[in-house]
Amino acid sequence: MSVTVSTTVNGDSVDFVCAPDETLLDALRGRLGLTGAKEGCGTGDCGACSVTLNGRLVCSCLVLAVEAEGQEIATVEGMAAGETLHPLQRAFIDHAALQCGICTPGILVAAKALLEKTPDPSDEEVRYWLAGNLCRCTGYDKIVRAVQAAAAEMRRA
Amino acid sequence: MKSFDYIRPASIAEAIAAAAEPGTAYLAAGTNLLDLMKGGASRPDRLVDITRLPGLDGVDRLDDGAMRIGTMVRNADLAHDPAFARAYPVVAEALLSGASAQLRNAATVGGNLMQKTRCSYFADPAAACNRRSPGAGCDARQGENRSHAILGWSENCIATHPSDFCVPLAALGAVVEIAGPAGSREVALEDFHLLPDETPERETALERGELVTAIRLPPDAAGFAAHSRYMKLRERTSFAFALVSAAAFLKVEDGIITEARLALGGVAARPWRSKVAEELLKGAALERRTFAEAATAALAEARPSGDNAVKIELARRISIRALLLAAAGTPSRLPALPGSPLSSQYGDLANA
Ligand SMILES: Cc1cc2nc3c(=O)[nH]c(=O)nc-3n(C[C@H](O)[C@H](O)[C@H](O)COP(=O)(O)OP(=O)(O)OC[C@H]3O[C@@H](n4cnc5c(N)ncnc54)[C@H](O)[C@@H]3O)c2cc1C
Ligand code: SF4
Ligand code: FES
Ligand code: FES
Repeated sequence: MSVTVSTTVNGDSVDFVCAPDETLLDALRGRLGLTGAKEGCGTGDCGACSVTLNGRLVCSCLVLAVEAEGQEIATVEGMAAGETLHPLQRAFIDHAALQCGICTPGILVAAKALLEKTPDPSDEEVRYWLAGNLCRCTGYDKIVRAVQAAAAEMRRA
Repeated sequence: MKSFDYIRPASIAEAIAAAAEPGTAYLAAGTNLLDLMKGGASRPDRLVDITRLPGLDGVDRLDDGAMRIGTMVRNADLAHDPAFARAYPVVAEALLSGASAQLRNAATVGGNLMQKTRCSYFADPAAACNRRSPGAGCDARQGENRSHAILGWSENCIATHPSDFCVPLAALGAVVEIAGPAGSREVALEDFHLLPDETPERETALERGELVTAIRLPPDAAGFAAHSRYMKLRERTSFAFALVSAAAFLKVEDGIITEARLALGGVAARPWRSKVAEELLKGAALERRTFAEAATAALAEARPSGDNAVKIELARRISIRALLLAAAGTPSRLPALPGSPLSSQYGDLANA
């Protein structure tokens, strides 16, 4: 059984064909060449596969590709406006909030979702809302600082 | 993942008809089902996607004061519904103490009720597991069983039900609304998850093809809003399943408890409500001594199922802590971020 899926990814309409047992993460990476979202675990534990589905932050490793039919998906590839990085992306570079970078796309997408709901979070809130994104390298402190710096910049804008 | 057919029905009736065939599973958010399918512990031939069925995503106050929550309401949306969190703060708190933002955004009411045990042998197709394959044996008995059941277990299965959400629901007397091939019916949440006994493979009261459509909180469930708390003890502060947890609810007049509810999580194959403890608390003053007696009574029948005797004492202490926090009052910040049992402070600041 193969299924044609019509969906929107980062604002562009796209169609792809997939098997029912493919995850959204498989389809983004394999069918659409969007390799920003990563497979860290495949079981919902690490958040490296984070994307938004109709504005809702989810783990794309636990969503079927066929479920994307008619929905709007946003990935890290859609965060920058052309050559201009999103304030979160810039803050991550400025604060050295990444090392190997495997967790970074998922954390950026998750942090963007957090700041849309909570523009002025406490450190505790940042840590709580990003608990689903594991990072083996940074120790999280720089991530929290980068998110706070981006939040401050976005509040000024 | 084994390949399967994918069906997206347009109505509840179509969904139920499609699910009547053996080998079919309902797909809600898939955060539990797809995980188990990837690992091979679950191998359905067909998935019936219920996420787009109409009429299953309401949070509605009924005329009699009861609250109905449709099965497709996402765990995060329920916790952040301001009116809901005000009336049932502990339900919101329990939801927010579970999983991660990503998972709560996806997870549904019915999926949370129906989620499988986290027993690692259940999830591993190479292990012997009576719950997954009846009669195969139980590798957990001689294996890693530190987090297994201390109440209601049998020689055949010592698994726990992992839900946080279901713990306050059991205490509040929630009812599960079910639609199926033979019509609609209701089951008390307390009786929804079955204890293993001789048939651990029978996990819930649902019959083949039946669909959870909603849960309902009875009218009196909102009466505990001022004095209630959920406490969850886990192996790390960040997101993890409960080793033990407790939901405590008090109605207090002039310093005397007029009614109490207490349920434990992570201790059995179902959320464990203790009516004995509730009776002990009724009419008593808000004293630590009484809370300790109630907690001891709640665990009177507990016995280790393996290397987990520690959970009996942990469950007793988390119950006392939840009762003390409930007595101190529901936090004013709603929904409260999950309270940390390791904090020395009560109230809003005692967060994970
Ligand atoms: C990494 C991780 C951490 C987690 N941590 C926690 C935690 O700390 N606390 C906690 O409580 N939970 C936790 N969870 C579990 C999570 O809450 C469940 O996976 C989720 O609630 C399941 O909901 P779902 O909609 O995704 O269900 P699905 O995965 O779609 O379905 C689960 C089961 O329910 C059945 N089902 C679904 N809806 C219905 C219905 N309406 N009628 C009949 N059957 C139905 C499905 O067929 C399937 O068998 C965690 C999960 C993960 C992956
Ligand atoms: S405890 Fe239950 S779920 Fe775990 S292996 Fe034994 S039978 Fe299976
Ligand atoms: S890859 Fe999806 S949560 Fe780890
Ligand atoms: S930077 Fe390496 S995992 Fe986060």
